Amino acid sequence: MTGFLSFIPRAVGQGIPLLFGCTGEIITEKSGNLNLGIPGVMYVGAISGVIGSFFYENSVGEGSMNAFLAIMIPVLCSLLGSFLMGMLYCFLTVTLRANQNVTGLAMTTFGVGFGNFFGGSLIKLSNLDVPTIALSKTSSYFSATLPFAKNLGWFGEIFLSYGFLAYLAIIVAVAAAMIIKKTRVGLHLRAVGESPATADAMGINVTAYKYFATVLGCMIAGLGGLYYVMDYASGVWSNDAFGDRGWLAIALVIFTIWRADIGILASILFGGLYILYLYIPTGMEHMELKELYKMIPYVVTIIVLIVTSMRNRREDQPPASLGLNYFREER
Amino acid sequence: MEKKIRVPLFHLAKREELSKKKKFIIRIIAIVAALLLCALLTALATGINPLEVYGSLVGGAFGSVRKTWITLQDLSILLLISVALTPAFTMKFWNIGGEGQVLVGGLATAACMILLENKIPSVLIMLVSFIAAVLAGALWGLIPAVCKAKWNTNETLMTLMMNYIATQLVSFFVIIWEVPKGSGKIGIINQNSHDGWMVQLFGSKYMLCIVVSAVVTVFMYIYLNYSKHGYEIQVVGQSINTAKYVGINISKVIIRTMLLSGALCGLAGMLLVGSINHTITTTIAGGQGFTAVMVSWMAKFNPFTMIPCAFLIVFMNRGAGEIATNFGLNPSFADIMTGIILFFIIGCEFFINYSIKFRKMSGGRS
Repeated sequence: MTGFLSFIPRAVGQGIPLLFGCTGEIITEKSGNLNLGIPGVMYVGAISGVIGSFFYENSVGEGSMNAFLAIMIPVLCSLLGSFLMGMLYCFLTVTLRANQNVTGLAMTTFGVGFGNFFGGSLIKLSNLDVPTIALSKTSSYFSATLPFAKNLGWFGEIFLSYGFLAYLAIIVAVAAAMIIKKTRVGLHLRAVGESPATADAMGINVTAYKYFATVLGCMIAGLGGLYYVMDYASGVWSNDAFGDRGWLAIALVIFTIWRADIGILASILFGGLYILYLYIPTGMEHMELKELYKMIPYVVTIIVLIVTSMRNRREDQPPASLGLNYFREER
Repeated sequence: MEKKIRVPLFHLAKREELSKKKKFIIRIIAIVAALLLCALLTALATGINPLEVYGSLVGGAFGSVRKTWITLQDLSILLLISVALTPAFTMKFWNIGGEGQVLVGGLATAACMILLENKIPSVLIMLVSFIAAVLAGALWGLIPAVCKAKWNTNETLMTLMMNYIATQLVSFFVIIWEVPKGSGKIGIINQNSHDGWMVQLFGSKYMLCIVVSAVVTVFMYIYLNYSKHGYEIQVVGQSINTAKYVGINISKVIIRTMLLSGALCGLAGMLLVGSINHTITTTIAGGQGFTAVMVSWMAKFNPFTMIPCAFLIVFMNRGAGEIATNFGLNPSFADIMTGIILFFIIGCEFFINYSIKFRKMSGGRS
């Protein structure tokens, strides 16, 4: 039981970055943009927050840090970084009508490189005398829980042991699901993704919707990177540590059949699969088996992909114009 | 009363096919602009004179005989992977699993080298590892292709996930074969016997990769443009309905093309392990499976155009890598530079396909 109790919070901790990425990509894909740059965007979101708080922590010193600023500076920097990445993607694919797959892959190359470059060179570039990027003070603000959570036993451990970004992720996912399904804006967004020509004829501004959804999606995804480094990794940046979570987030979009509310459970499930190998006993002489267990999330994704494509239900299909650019004069 | 008609300041129109010369000029302008921006950023990061940046770039790629050879070798591998992915892209099958297909090819080669050492002659090991690598790569391409053909499974995500399965498979075997135990890496395989190390052509260890990729590039150009298979791939890529109408068996084309694509990626893996590194790690493909997607697209799926495209990427990578090393910066600097160049090239396609028509100043009515 104690093993299970420690498993759930860790699964959630792994799942939250995926949830941010997944929610962001769902909003993006609903507008018909397939943004394969999400892994890069999440790196940029993470490193932008790190850069912001690195300079804040080093300029005022750990003692005199203000909790409000310590949270707002990284969050705003992160949002700004992923906002710019989103604008870049939209400018290339919506305004210049470039191929979405290639633009996305280029954004991932750029974003991961950007993250690793500044992660590896920030100290050198800023000429500050610190050994590593360890923002433990800022991280303590991000991972702060309610003061009475520790007294609530298993309930507190499972439901209340997370920093505020984790709850934000769930709120954002629920809100995204409601807005997409229930409101007029959501209806218009879906119309743009299904048939931009029809939406255009209805008087919906296709370009504005695509820009807005994609940029918003990137900003949400960027927070996933920020959560990872500030909360999960305790403010320590190490290159390539974020790994392939961005790609898993994109896979989750299909897993959840484009529904952000399902994404909440699905990402926690995937978070659990991601660390399951730590809980499967292998014995000291067969450490290599752990490497095979690490395949589990990917194998599950593939099975889900195949099963959903075999069932081929109409309501489980991607937005009809996903991956295609819209040009009014092209009929 | 005369009604006023609002005419927008400008509107876009699809262009007629531009002449080759004009397309070329637009692309060159984009690359020059990208290089200017790259130099500016490098100057900001390192504090050296922007003009010197270009000198350092060239120095990094061609500074010595050895550096030149390595640049050419890198170019040949990237070119080989790009060419390998191309037939799949031509039929609009977005295979971003080049990375995994290269890895399993490399893994198969490493397995042959390790397991067959001192058992059969080196030449036979080469032959067996060639066959094993090609089959392994082909298998890795076959799985998503069958799912696509049978159930229309999303190939982009499926090939992507196959990458990670390949990565874990490699790290599994690395732990099994690690030398010494507990080090977590294999080290140089067959360091003393050189069993299974690929042959050197013309007395140079770099030539094999270059020759192989040159042969494959020419083969692919002919295959895509002058063979029945190539024709079928083009038709499937342009219109599934047309393909059905003329009686092309689409499933067969998808599976056959992915077998070829995966097999050639496996070949690249064999070269990486058997001829260049003589070891295997999970990062041996180094993201080239993804870079190759962009090279192939930039070249508009023409194998010969891929040579300058791949060269540009490799040149920037090695040059920027050298600058980063010299200034104690992180080598990912090269990725940022590559990204910037790609953005410019992706963006400039717009000016090739569309023209911007401004409102005529006089009249204002149309």
